[in-house]
Amino acid sequence: MDKPKLALYWAASCGGCEIAVLDIQEKILDVANAFDIVFWPVAMDFKYDDVRKMEDKSIDICLFNGAIRNSENEEIAHLLRQKSKVLVAFGSCAYEGGIPGLANLSTKEEMLNFVYKESPSTISNNNGLPQTHYKVNEGEIEIPELYEYVKPLKDVVDVDYYIPGCPPQPEQIWNVIEYILSGKPLPPAGSVLGAGDKTCCDECPRERKEKKIKEFHRPYEIIPNPDECLLDQGIICMGPATRSGCGALCVKANVPCRGCYGAPPNCLDQGAKMISALSSVIDAHSPEEIEQILGTITDAVGTFYRFSLPYSILKRRVVQ
Amino acid sequence: MVTIKIDDIEVQVPEDTPILKAAEKAGIWIPTMCYNDLIEPYGVCRLCSVEVIRGKRSRVVTSCNYPVREGISVRTNSEKIKWIRKVIMELMVSRWPNVKVVREMAEKLGIEKPRFESLEKDEAPDACILCGLCVNVCRDLVGASILGFAYRGIKREVVLPFDEITDKCIVCGACAHVCPTGHVKMIVEDYKGKKPEFTLGPKTAIYVPSMQAVPRVPVIDPESCIHFKTGGCETCAKVCEPKAINYEMKDEVVEIDVGQILVATGYDLFDASQMAQYGYGRYDNVYSSLEFEMMLNSTGPTGGKVLTKDGKEPRAVGIIHCIGSRDTNYHPYCSRVCCMYALKFAHLVHDRTNAAIYQFYIDMRAFGKGYEEFYSRLLDEGINMIRGKAAEVVEAPPVNGQQGNLLIRCEDTLIGKFREIPVDMVILCNAIEPKRDSDIIRRLFSISKSPDGFFLERHPKLDPTATTTDGVYIAGCAQGPKDIPDTVAQASSAAARILTLISRGEVEIDPVRAMVMDEYCSGCRICNNLCPYGAIEFLEDKKISHVNEALCKGCGTCVAACPSSAMTGQGFTDAQILSELEGLLI
Repeated sequence: MDKPKLALYWAASCGGCEIAVLDIQEKILDVANAFDIVFWPVAMDFKYDDVRKMEDKSIDICLFNGAIRNSENEEIAHLLRQKSKVLVAFGSCAYEGGIPGLANLSTKEEMLNFVYKESPSTISNNNGLPQTHYKVNEGEIEIPELYEYVKPLKDVVDVDYYIPGCPPQPEQIWNVIEYILSGKPLPPAGSVLGAGDKTCCDECPRERKEKKIKEFHRPYEIIPNPDECLLDQGIICMGPATRSGCGALCVKANVPCRGCYGAPPNCLDQGAKMISALSSVIDAHSPEEIEQILGTITDAVGTFYRFSLPYSILKRRVVQ
Repeated sequence: MVTIKIDDIEVQVPEDTPILKAAEKAGIWIPTMCYNDLIEPYGVCRLCSVEVIRGKRSRVVTSCNYPVREGISVRTNSEKIKWIRKVIMELMVSRWPNVKVVREMAEKLGIEKPRFESLEKDEAPDACILCGLCVNVCRDLVGASILGFAYRGIKREVVLPFDEITDKCIVCGACAHVCPTGHVKMIVEDYKGKKPEFTLGPKTAIYVPSMQAVPRVPVIDPESCIHFKTGGCETCAKVCEPKAINYEMKDEVVEIDVGQILVATGYDLFDASQMAQYGYGRYDNVYSSLEFEMMLNSTGPTGGKVLTKDGKEPRAVGIIHCIGSRDTNYHPYCSRVCCMYALKFAHLVHDRTNAAIYQFYIDMRAFGKGYEEFYSRLLDEGINMIRGKAAEVVEAPPVNGQQGNLLIRCEDTLIGKFREIPVDMVILCNAIEPKRDSDIIRRLFSISKSPDGFFLERHPKLDPTATTTDGVYIAGCAQGPKDIPDTVAQASSAAARILTLISRGEVEIDPVRAMVMDEYCSGCRICNNLCPYGAIEFLEDKKISHVNEALCKGCGTCVAACPSSAMTGQGFTDAQILSELEGLLI
């Protein structure tokens, strides 16, 4: 019997998810033994045409990382959906939009202008912006079109499963692969795999108390007590509103959780939930004091929606 | 028990009793200048010398520290003894001619003029007579051993170690207390070296908190008790016949499981020193209402006499109403009880002194049963009622070299004139205000406060004793200013409410409430102190939060706050609300 076919693809992301796959270390050999890797542009030489020639639904599992930023991302997402039995949104960017999703606070025009014209480190001779078509002697070159805003994978194609994390933890990746290899019945479509049902706090070893926050600090401003809950100490830790599964890596390093594992089950909007929670526990006695305490939060969207802006109810800045 | 004869009177006393005490039992007076029941006898004044006769032998001994033996007989007034006493007293009088106790004793012993002239004559009325009581009390009873004798013979004196003030002294005042001449003095100063203000604190380290205390037993203040500083003293244990003094008892926190709680934490008195115009805290004879109440108390500092600070009866007393109440700068509400206690003060001052009494009032509010009648009676007693809030209390300039008294300036609105009324004493009717720590109590029980700061009842007319937290009731001045009949009525009503639930044995609750889905809660504790009804508890064993269904009112505060969406409002889950919205909008 043929080995099951595995495809991996990298859309708008940093590439960390690909490294995370390699971080399972020598077990990658088990993956290579168990699967027939049919498409993995970052590691092996494949052409899109190779995929186009495959039969529909011939790929058993496709791990798709990265958000949908341009027309090429979307085209390959459709292609892989067509060719794959199981399409997995792999990592925060594919699942929720991730860090690239924070670009949704700017319009495409603002971004291109800044990057190609206004940025102090840019020297532009002709004030040119990237074009989708360009004629050279050999013919016409087609370049993918940058979209107005970033979308998570689920907004362009149907996604079967989600593996959260920026990047997903290697042992969690291995757990998922092992589960699929075991041949056990797969969980219902739309499930989040490789993560827990509780929140990051469940894995956090710190002692938590009843919360009353007088002032918020950024992590560099104070030296936090390594045994007490960071939120109790006024550092915004996304742990309470973040799905468990990472093993509370960041908080064990005395750094607050950034929320990369996404919203916990039943939660519609991770950032909104955290804002609602924090505003409930600030210790203020007057409207002025509320203003003053909230004023100590820097970069609210970047803090509460660092990974989930395109996936949230907000999605992006409203363009008039 | 041994039987001895003192001046031919037979007396039975336990063995080892000093002769002095045995004589006391026999009704015979023996003079002494250095004896105190609680201090080991020192035998230094020699005045208590007596003749002890055993068989044919007789010797002179000091009776204060000579233990009795079977068969001895004692003579306290033989010629020899009389001569000894006379010489001792003459020597004492010649050395300390102006000390009151010495002169009184000399008088008792019939000495008019001493035959001697002392080389170390000390004419001070509070001279030290070297009785040694202060030294002995400090060493034996207090255990501090600060005071001691220095030098010998006629140079002998009581000194501090190296004659320097030492912080080893615990300032208990025992030495000053036992000093018969007033040579040892306590100079009471606060940390700035000023004399303290009128204080009503306990006078001793062991005291009954108040005459109405329940149970009415004394308590020890370990801050000021000598025993807790030096391990000595234990005087109270020595004098307590039923042996009820226990130094081992400690303050303890007792946890009691209860189903219902009645909050009756009372009130604080408005601090009148905030209103500088009335001179409270600046002038000696301006009192707050509670201080004056203490003065009126027959067990109070003056034994119930109305006296000014210099111990004289006041010629005129001014009572000023509405201090801090009915005043938009402080408390806009009426304190309700002041009019009536002001009238009571007036009545008692009228009863106990001949002073003229002035009441400065805004409106007379004699609203209760029998109150208006009492007011009429007071008018008949000749109290001066001045309608108008007093503007200020000032010190009047001295008249004929005499210290000036106080002047109350006010507008008498009934005659439309500005008046200045001289008085010796001013009583301020301070407002009743919420306890300073009432916000802590409020948060503890999750109850609200009304704009005046008092605890808020569930409904002013229909439910005046319950609060918005089930099982928590309020009564008395914690809920608002009220007099004793109203307090008793409200407290009885609350007690009845509580008994109703106890006798029924079960409580009905609303089905709409919040619930923690255990499998999703990670115990971040964000919800823990949000609940206005105190229904959320943290389960230390499972490390998750839990909603007490009996207390939850289903308000949803915790549901909104829960960052992990583990808290859900039953009947109002996110899925239900979203479906409702869909039905509404699509």
